Amino acid sequence: MLRQVEEIAQREQATSVERIVIQIGPLSGVVPELLQQAFTIARCGTRAEAAELVTQTQPVRVHCLQCGYDSDAQANRLLCAKCGDYRTRLISGDELLLASVELTKN
Amino acid sequence: MCDTCGCNVTHGNRHLIEEGGKHAHTSDDHVAIEVLENLLSENDHQAAHNREHFERHGVLAINLMSSPGSGKTRLLERTIDHLKERYKIGVIEGDLETENDAQRIRDKGVPAVQITTGTACHLDAHMIHQALHQTPLDELDLLFIENVGNLVCPASFDLGQHLNVTLLSVTEGDDKPAKYPVIFRAADHVLITKSDLLPLLDDFDPDNAGQALQQLAYKNPITLVSAKSDQGMDEWLNWLEAQLSQATATEPATV
Ligand SMILES: Nc1nc2c(ncn2[C@@H]2O[C@H](COP(=O)(O)OP(=O)(O)OP(=O)(O)O)[C@@H](O)[C@H]2O)c(=O)[nH]1
Ligand SMILES: [Zn+2]
Ligand SMILES: [Zn+2]
Ligand SMILES: [Zn+2]
Ligand SMILES: [Zn+2]
Repeated sequence: MLRQVEEIAQREQATSVERIVIQIGPLSGVVPELLQQAFTIARCGTRAEAAELVTQTQPVRVHCLQCGYDSDAQANRLLCAKCGDYRTRLISGDELLLASVELTKN
Repeated sequence: MCDTCGCNVTHGNRHLIEEGGKHAHTSDDHVAIEVLENLLSENDHQAAHNREHFERHGVLAINLMSSPGSGKTRLLERTIDHLKERYKIGVIEGDLETENDAQRIRDKGVPAVQITTGTACHLDAHMIHQALHQTPLDELDLLFIENVGNLVCPASFDLGQHLNVTLLSVTEGDDKPAKYPVIFRAADHVLITKSDLLPLLDDFDPDNAGQALQQLAYKNPITLVSAKSDQGMDEWLNWLEAQLSQATATEPATV
């Protein structure tokens, strides 16, 4: 998917990256501050030097393996909201997705 | 934590941002995207390569993670005492500065490679790869990787291990799983360590820890162990042996 965006950037013949929006699930293991820090170092001397990195937190949702209900949950409380069972599967909340990229052309 | 250490740019990743590196081209229009993608994907690629090394040599690799001082090295010492007659064991030690842990393991007659991470607060797949080339994989059945004491970053970096074990010592508080869900969810086995100290502590209840884990939809074993009194060691050792026999049953016979 990131490669897709690169292809778009290439197709659009962009000269610099203005803004990158990333969606991070609380259970991805990626700490937004870590990513920001790494990004600050990594972009130095590149065309993305002035790019802004925006991280958006994604909701945590679980699917109950007992009653089949899908519900919102918290990162440290992945129980079914309907029947309260702990046997659940994570539907979302562990993702690291590139949501959008703003480019500048000249 | 990583705000201060900048640990994502470890030695193995540094080439990505240095001049002439893959991502340092100023003429590249979309370098930022690549950089972000690669921070983790370069690690994952290397981790897959490490896993190949393990499998080619028929070695089961286990990553031990915990807070600082929760008993990883002492558990390893005790585990080695019990298993070294039957299995050939090796250890890779991650530590910020010292060689102490590796020396403790070597004193047990087992090969140990020390990785001093310096400022980085976790191990990454590149560091493990370097250590692998100093590890006699041919001669081993089981390789333990003692990660740096930290409940945050180690969970984000695949090292190529087959199994994760997360330790929680009774001196730390039974609500740790709720505070660090990622590292506990990643575990194939959670060990509640230093159980011999439970009678002295009135604020750690193993049932609460179990409940906090259950709330993470954690479904793997939880064992109360003490490397001092040997409580729970049988359960831990039996699990290890079961994993070893399962691994040898599925590994290709070639070396
Ligand atoms: N009472 C008791 N003390 C223990 C036990 N396991 C470890 N300790 C003590 O706890 C301290 C830390 O143990 P280590 O094994 O060095 O912990 P570690 O996780 O390897 O520490 P780092 O590598 O620094 O993160 C030492 O003083 C150990 O002797 C145990 O089962 N019972
Ligand atoms: Zn349910
Ligand atoms: Zn240690
Ligand atoms: Zn770190
Ligand atoms: Zn190699």
